Amino acid sequence: MLRPPIARVRGLGSAKDGVRQWWAQRVTAVALVPLTLWFIASVLSMVGADYAGVVAWIQSPSVTVLFILFFLALFYHAQLGMQVIIEDYIHTEWLKFTSLIVLSFTTIFLGIVCTFAVLKVSLGS
Amino acid sequence: MAEFTLPANSKVRKGKTFDATADSANKKRFVIYRYDPDSGANPRLDTYELDMDRCGPMVLDALIKIKNEVDASLTFRRSCREGICGSCAMNIDGTNTLACIKAIEDIPGEVKVYPLPHLPVVKDLVSDLANFFAQYASVEPWLKTETPASRDRERLQSKEERTKLDGLYECILCACCSTGCPSYWWNSDRYLGPATLLQAYRWIADSRDEHTGERLDNLEDPFRLYRCHTIMNCTNTCPKGLNPAKAIAEIKKLLITRAT
Repeated sequence: MLRPPIARVRGLGSAKDGVRQWWAQRVTAVALVPLTLWFIASVLSMVGADYAGVVAWIQSPSVTVLFILFFLALFYHAQLGMQVIIEDYIHTEWLKFTSLIVLSFTTIFLGIVCTFAVLKVSLGS
Repeated sequence: MAEFTLPANSKVRKGKTFDATADSANKKRFVIYRYDPDSGANPRLDTYELDMDRCGPMVLDALIKIKNEVDASLTFRRSCREGICGSCAMNIDGTNTLACIKAIEDIPGEVKVYPLPHLPVVKDLVSDLANFFAQYASVEPWLKTETPASRDRERLQSKEERTKLDGLYECILCACCSTGCPSYWWNSDRYLGPATLLQAYRWIADSRDEHTGERLDNLEDPFRLYRCHTIMNCTNTCPKGLNPAKAIAEIKKLLITRAT
């Protein structure tokens, strides 16, 4: 603690980064407003439908595309938001890095699994 | 991890009670945070009963009365007593504000007075602002130009250009906003905080300054700037009625403008 305060504040300097991440978080948030409303309305409208009916619905090109857009925006947005929370509250360096890596793996994995599931139903087997 | 509880030696205990009312009909009770690092004891809350018929209208008047007439060991900063120096910033009735412009009669019940939140306490109501002022210095708060100064006239500004500094130049660096910001509580080692960012924007918005790009470079950082999550405590608490959250949003807009 003998280091002068100004040296601690200047620290490692500016990362000259953060604009893109911040902007991506806003853009995905805006995209998720209509996508989430569509997703909830669609799922509700399919309540009581039989298996063949749901498969046929997902196979329509617009529904397939909207589903994939929804999942990609959702997991990208989730990753950005969770990253901010981890950086806010976790100050133990190794734990912070581990959390961020686990977060990346989890959101990318879930995004690909959901996209693959939609494509598998949509393109048929 | 972020600290959500106080360390054992910072737990606040009940302190002494002083009654200086002499059977007055107009009493007011002040509960004040006391901490003396030399004693090694935990912080405590001392209670002072004052006669409001013999006290000035502001919280600072009461603190000065206590120091003069009741308990000379009470320690606090004050200077101008009219809301322009920022020395007497403290947490009064749960909100950061200046003791000199906070009217006692606006506070129902007892008046609780604490130092500014989440800073190291030097003594009683005096908190350590070294990091806060180092952050202010780090944004180089002075005019930086390439154009040499004219020998016979000032650097001129139109009225419209000057208007852009309104709501910025009035900041007195009392630290009420920064120490009211949860994001600053958790990350004040890396996040500059609302006061410093408002001051940084004051120079970015100045038409005479020629280092806008370098200033933005210096702020473009996930922690220095982007720890602001638009919580708005800064704007709610500012005793001068300024809007640091808006200044931060303007910086973010300029960074988007130059990146797209």
